[in-house]
Amino acid sequence: MTVVADVLPIDDALAQYDPVMGLEVHVELNTKSKMFCGCPTEFGAEPNTQTCPVCLGLPGALPVVNAVGVESAIKIGLALNCEIAEWCRFARKNYFYPDMPKNFQTSQYDEPIAFNGWTDVVVDGETYRIEIERAHMEEDTGKSLHVGGATGRIHGASHSLVDYNRAGIPLIEIVTKTIEVPGEKAAAVARALVSQLRDLLLSIGVSDVRMDQGSLRCDANVSLKPKGSTTLGTRTETKNVNSFRSVERAITYEITRQAAILSSGGKILQETRHWHEDTGITTSGREKSDADDYRYFPEPDLVPIAPSREWVESLRATLPEAPSLRRARLQTEWGFTDLEMRDVINGGAVEYIVRTVELGVDAAAAKKWWLGELARAANESGKDLGDLGVGPAEVAEVQKLVDEGALNDKLARQVFDGLVKGEGTPAEIMAARGLALVSDDSALIEAIDRAIAANPDVVEKVNSGKPAAAGALIGAVMKDMRGQADAAKVRELLNTKLGI
Amino acid sequence: MSDLTRKTAAELSELMASGETSSVEITQAHLDRITATDTAVHAFLHVDTDGALAQAADVDKRRAAGEKLGPLAGVPLALKDVLTQDGVPTTAGSRILEGWKPPYDSTVVKRLKAAGIVILGKTNMDEFAMGSSTENSAYGPTHNPWDLARIPGGSGGGSSAAISAYQAPLAIGTDTGGSIRQPAAFTGTVGVKPTYGGTSRYGLIALASSLDTPGPCARTTLDAALLHEVIAGHDPMDSTSIDQPVPPVVEAARRGDVNGLRIGVVKELGGEGYQPGVEARFHEAVELLTKLGAEVVEVSCPHFQYALPAYYLILPSEASSNLAKFDAMRFGLRVGDDGENDAEQVMRLTREAGFGAEVKRRIMLGTHALSSGYYDAYYGQAQKVRTLIARDFTRAYEQVDVLVSPATPTTAFAIGDRVNDPIAMYKNDLCTIPSNLAGNAAASFPVGLADEDGLPVGFHVMAPVMRDDLLYQVGAALESALADQWGGVLMSKAPELEVTR
Repeated sequence: MTVVADVLPIDDALAQYDPVMGLEVHVELNTKSKMFCGCPTEFGAEPNTQTCPVCLGLPGALPVVNAVGVESAIKIGLALNCEIAEWCRFARKNYFYPDMPKNFQTSQYDEPIAFNGWTDVVVDGETYRIEIERAHMEEDTGKSLHVGGATGRIHGASHSLVDYNRAGIPLIEIVTKTIEVPGEKAAAVARALVSQLRDLLLSIGVSDVRMDQGSLRCDANVSLKPKGSTTLGTRTETKNVNSFRSVERAITYEITRQAAILSSGGKILQETRHWHEDTGITTSGREKSDADDYRYFPEPDLVPIAPSREWVESLRATLPEAPSLRRARLQTEWGFTDLEMRDVINGGAVEYIVRTVELGVDAAAAKKWWLGELARAANESGKDLGDLGVGPAEVAEVQKLVDEGALNDKLARQVFDGLVKGEGTPAEIMAARGLALVSDDSALIEAIDRAIAANPDVVEKVNSGKPAAAGALIGAVMKDMRGQADAAKVRELLNTKLGI
Repeated sequence: MSDLTRKTAAELSELMASGETSSVEITQAHLDRITATDTAVHAFLHVDTDGALAQAADVDKRRAAGEKLGPLAGVPLALKDVLTQDGVPTTAGSRILEGWKPPYDSTVVKRLKAAGIVILGKTNMDEFAMGSSTENSAYGPTHNPWDLARIPGGSGGGSSAAISAYQAPLAIGTDTGGSIRQPAAFTGTVGVKPTYGGTSRYGLIALASSLDTPGPCARTTLDAALLHEVIAGHDPMDSTSIDQPVPPVVEAARRGDVNGLRIGVVKELGGEGYQPGVEARFHEAVELLTKLGAEVVEVSCPHFQYALPAYYLILPSEASSNLAKFDAMRFGLRVGDDGENDAEQVMRLTREAGFGAEVKRRIMLGTHALSSGYYDAYYGQAQKVRTLIARDFTRAYEQVDVLVSPATPTTAFAIGDRVNDPIAMYKNDLCTIPSNLAGNAAASFPVGLADEDGLPVGFHVMAPVMRDDLLYQVGAALESALADQWGGVLMSKAPELEVTR
């Protein structure tokens, strides 16, 4: 990438401009079959094995709506405090692209199934209300693979391959209204929103929400306006920002990039932009104007959807409690302070701790591992917590080993390190790295004897009525055992030896 | 055995049931007739000789084994090339699909196969069913067996020509603005457009999704009803399919009684622009129905005059989107894939080469009508007109049971006559289009020959949604009364085709 972007430092940018954001979040539903046909939706199957005449758009084939997809859409709408349409339709969004089988996407246009909602996000103890414009149903496209060009891009490719397994997988597009929060919080609020949406979708069970597999994809609209101005600036739409961290980084980048252009008298081009995870910048994509004409019209192959109020209410009754109420309840149950709870929320660890606690782990221990160890590892590797390959089951397993005395916290940290590096199960990592605690008394006693022999002065102090000095001997034993000893056991044996 | 190709489907069914002949014999007789006459007629784009004979042999075997078979088992049929049949070339009359073999059966074909009906092959049609003469086929026009210099109607001219040339006793058509009824009128045969949603569109290569309706073509009302019963009924694969029992069409066709039936003559469908011979036969038929006990009144449908312009906004709009999938990426023709052109260029070159002029015209019309800024004035307005036309029907059906009109303003015209005048071509469908816009049932039945040119005239009957049975009631009454007058069905007046061996 040769593009060297001219950016203004974020503090300077925010001193001059207020950012205005809007997010479009695409969620792949976890229905068993696709939105308009019976094909399976499993991720990672051989290319073009999960297709049929309908999702390949063969001549003559017709769509039939997946009722579970509609149910999930309504649940999402309700969870976002939306109104649910009494009557709505699908519409065709017409444009040509090789990975779109029919060259129109079956979507919704001016009649979305859910609209006018809101959700609250908390950043640094402040609550921000995000207005939801709409949540609508649509189908995913296929996936193009460009061969022969640099880094899989279409530019310079010799040919392209298309996998239609993804074509027709149900998507819900959630669109926020414009988000205007204090500039220094903007990117963090956006990140918190996406993170919270993930938690929400997980908790209502409608999606696997795997950002690494593309089941949650985020497009971020950003514009700037001079401080104090009420006139909206020209926006850019950064596509496919696919991790929480990237949401924050991409928005921050766009703010600094746009500020640099505006402050030097330039104009922002209305366009889509590509986010580059590796370099942390966005580059120009396709120029986009409001006149982009998709020639929407009501999909004549489908009949309108009119969810009965009884059905909507019965779905509402199945929804878990609202996130803010739930967080308050969890904080009480877990006995966390406000500060601790804020860290947990900001760290995106709420759902992981919930599920770890469900597996019998003490909340404080769960928090210790998720925030202390795993969040740190995620941060270091630039990943999201969910993408580390370590789940609640592994955390519970490690904690069980600690409770049983097979590991101490220090060794447990090394086990987590192994887990993150994909070295196998906790047992395998312990064996491979030789991490088990030594529980053999004779080995400990030998080490104690060596410590006593090497530290006559300390023994002298203890014998002269200063038992606290024995701590130094414990430290020496632990060091001798390379940490692989239970400190309480060492103290017990040492006390016996020294007669205290 | 007298010529099997002159028999009706119902008669063939009886002959097979009594063991006097077999499906293989019948099928072979029709295949021979196709060989002998299709050089002149060009009704077929593809004749599936081996497939048809294999299907026929299978039916014979099952019959011999004592299996209980449906009334049309073993009867041959000609299939409009717009419906998919697994493994059999399907082109919709277009170059862009040349050589494409669909990997699946349309619901209509599934039901035909399940009923033991033998599919002889695929019939010619205007490209993507856009046309009223079959002249828009990429594979050359079909000739009207009544006069080979004339068109057989369209878009389903191949199907109507096949049955009027005795190449098949039955055919399947699809009707978007009259593509079953107008060819039936022009060939002296019976053509029925069922209620929209009464027959499944699954596997029908879409022209205009909200209008397309598959239906039966035959030489007699009873044959059409028997075929109607086979292909109709709810299909979960088509969201617009109606989940209700099939109207009792066969019973109605057998009864053929119009005593006490209230019939409305649509005031707006006649007069200026209608051929005198067409009007004469139409009014005689109305009088005949009166004699048979029907109560005939004149009914006004004031919005029908806007049907044609509304239709030519809705149809191209839907078609422009439906035809977007023909892009060379997954099936059909691919032009310009030379390693230099990118996918978008290949799409352009393929569509340029693969679509005919009328298809391009309608894609452009539709693309324009759906464009932002024009949508409300065109597509939106046309949908409002559609509602008004549906209301005209609803009001009319408060007064009468069925509506009638000529099926077409004129008889079959000469090949080449209207190819350069699209508006004149479009006007062919003045009488048939309102029923497509409203989604109700309609049919054309033969009621004689026009004095000026000696060509068949079609009588158009329109019935409320899911009252397809009323069509057959009227059609059968006319058919039996006229047969008494003529001493046989109208088709028996058709000239003999010269056969080539």
